[in-house]
Amino acid sequence: MTIAAKGTGARGGPAGLLRYRLDLKASPYLYIAPFFVLFAVFGLFPLAFTAWVSTHEWSLLSDDHVFVGFGNYTTLLTDPYFWNALGNTMSILLLATVPQLLAALLLAHLLTMRLRAQTFWRMGMLLPNVASVVAVAVIFSQLFGRDFGLINWVLESLGAGRIDWQAGSATSHIAIAVMVAWKWTGYNALIYLAAMQAVPREVYEAAHLDGASRMQQLFHVTVPMIRPTIVFTVIVSTIYGLQIFAEPQLFGGGGQNGVTGGASRQFQTLTLYLYEHGFNRGFEFGYASAVAWTMFAVIVLVALLNYLFIRRIRSAS
Amino acid sequence: MNTSRPIRAVALAAALVTAAGLTACSGGDDDGKITLSVGLFGDFGFGPLYEEYSELHPEIEFEERIAEFADHHTNLTTHLATGSGAADIEAVEVGYISQYTAQPDRFHNLLDLGADELEGQWLDWKWQQALSADGESLIGLGTDVGGMAMCYRRDLFEAAGLPVERDEVSALWAGSWVDYVAVGEQYTADTGGFFFESSGNMFRAMVEQAEEGVYDREDNLIVESNPAIGEAWDLTVDAIEAGMSNRLTAWTPEWNAGFNEGTFATIICPAWMTSYIETNAPDAAGLWDIATVPGGAGNMGGSHLVLPEQGEHAEEAYEFIEWLTAPEQQLKVFEATGNFPSTPELYEDPALTGLSKTYFNEAPVGEIFTAAAQAVQPQYQGPLQGDVLATIGQGLGRIEDGSQSPEDAWSQVLSDLESF
Repeated sequence: MTIAAKGTGARGGPAGLLRYRLDLKASPYLYIAPFFVLFAVFGLFPLAFTAWVSTHEWSLLSDDHVFVGFGNYTTLLTDPYFWNALGNTMSILLLATVPQLLAALLLAHLLTMRLRAQTFWRMGMLLPNVASVVAVAVIFSQLFGRDFGLINWVLESLGAGRIDWQAGSATSHIAIAVMVAWKWTGYNALIYLAAMQAVPREVYEAAHLDGASRMQQLFHVTVPMIRPTIVFTVIVSTIYGLQIFAEPQLFGGGGQNGVTGGASRQFQTLTLYLYEHGFNRGFEFGYASAVAWTMFAVIVLVALLNYLFIRRIRSAS
Repeated sequence: MNTSRPIRAVALAAALVTAAGLTACSGGDDDGKITLSVGLFGDFGFGPLYEEYSELHPEIEFEERIAEFADHHTNLTTHLATGSGAADIEAVEVGYISQYTAQPDRFHNLLDLGADELEGQWLDWKWQQALSADGESLIGLGTDVGGMAMCYRRDLFEAAGLPVERDEVSALWAGSWVDYVAVGEQYTADTGGFFFESSGNMFRAMVEQAEEGVYDREDNLIVESNPAIGEAWDLTVDAIEAGMSNRLTAWTPEWNAGFNEGTFATIICPAWMTSYIETNAPDAAGLWDIATVPGGAGNMGGSHLVLPEQGEHAEEAYEFIEWLTAPEQQLKVFEATGNFPSTPELYEDPALTGLSKTYFNEAPVGEIFTAAAQAVQPQYQGPLQGDVLATIGQGLGRIEDGSQSPEDAWSQVLSDLESF
């Protein structure tokens, strides 16, 4: 291309030179433009439009859209059900993410050891992640069933008694957290594994010579070395965890309990709260958009806090 | 070699997707055939009737889409609002019909398509339910009605020392729901078992029997002021506190399993419920029987078929639903599934009244549900009927799982309803 451009430049004089310069300057932008055009159409525009809708009383069932300014946001912030949903989401996030990432770290550590059929174990890690969220949620909801669930059956035969997993706040959060952790632990383990393999072997040899055990090596050598990867997984898990929808929805058994996350809203997450207002009886898109933007703010905030938290660990070690 | 494998896999996947896309396209109208899509919640037993109709009208083909109950209605509302995505023919349950009669311009007016000559064919209240407020447009034709009865487990009644024959069982609670709760208290105290599956269902049955339900005729919510609702709530709370409820949520796997396992002794049975029990609890054949419901007659459930305005084949679709909801076809559906016809002409027909079901210990379902349907006093159904009842049901659920006292549950129900 450069050669062709030079050719025209030689023949076309100053105009050709200009075109050559333009080509040199503009082409890179043109090449990356498709992504940005798509992003603008499917990302930026909906984002901005949602913000616009969120300042209106905008129901799908009516053609009048009344401007209400920040009215939806004030209603939202004074609605106890919103705070309830936020609390539930945070609780499920903690219960799902912390054990999940610790388990993933341990699993990845085990996978770095010399094992038979290494590829089999590594691929096996990814299998739960391939299963569809809905299938996972349906099967786990049955496992956590009150009357005929496998888990209660085991608990009962151990003499521990049955648990009505759905009825309580803590129990329902645990059940949902288990679904999330089951799906994502292996995925995170593989990401950690990839990062661990990039750690130079000499560092471990040095640690080994200094008498560090396997576990000490994990926490004092591996973890600090793969810190950027940990930051990445923490942030991605946070973003995913704050948007949990299918698991609680299906756990609620469809119908009204699926929308409100149980009769007492004991496991209604933020996304379910959004769904309740946007896609249920009133189809209040304006209010639901306000929920969406508030969620966005919450996610940015929590991700930022997590980032700062992880950074502190680094400076401590 | 190694690098070419994933590429080949991707190419194969792409080829499959393309092939699937092409097959999907070939289902269109290019061969002169018209495909009518039918959106339902659950199986309405229309399968053999599509075939029969296609034999009469070879140019018509059918595509059935079945969704879960609540999702079906949510999707329909969204599709109506956005102007695309609805099926040519959609089923609407009675709890949602007023929401749609309030926006008649989103549907084809069936009075213009030929329904104006058929008014006398349906129960009068079934016809009225699909009329717009001004009476100018009719949005749907009635399929089934849900006259109520009470299904009970013979084996559990026998074990509890209660009568098992259906007339004697009906006599146990012939007085009222208070008698029913008294029998249940006795049953639970003697056996430790549950008398019914969910308190929300019992509450709903009592409300459906009342003269006025959760709305008055001006579409005002009267949950707080209607004494019938207060009484139904109090009696249901009594039943919960006596430990009679199995605390199951309708349509969940646990609920389904309960029919087979016999974890509860009675369930309110509109006609459509009988087919549900039969298909869900094949092992319990002969154990279930049908008695009358306490508190008089009432309707629970039943559907209409509507034609969304965005559908392109209005005339063909209308012709089909007119045929499908005609007495002859409704009788066939009843025989196959148990969904009870909404056309009174059949109520004199021995082919209907003489029908019994082996599964329910030869219970004369034709006779039982004919009597139930004829006695129904229609109740006005407001726009958010289904959602209001679900919200109250959740209040009862909070008492059941012990998270709230009856007083707190009631005040939360009222405050939740304020946003409606």
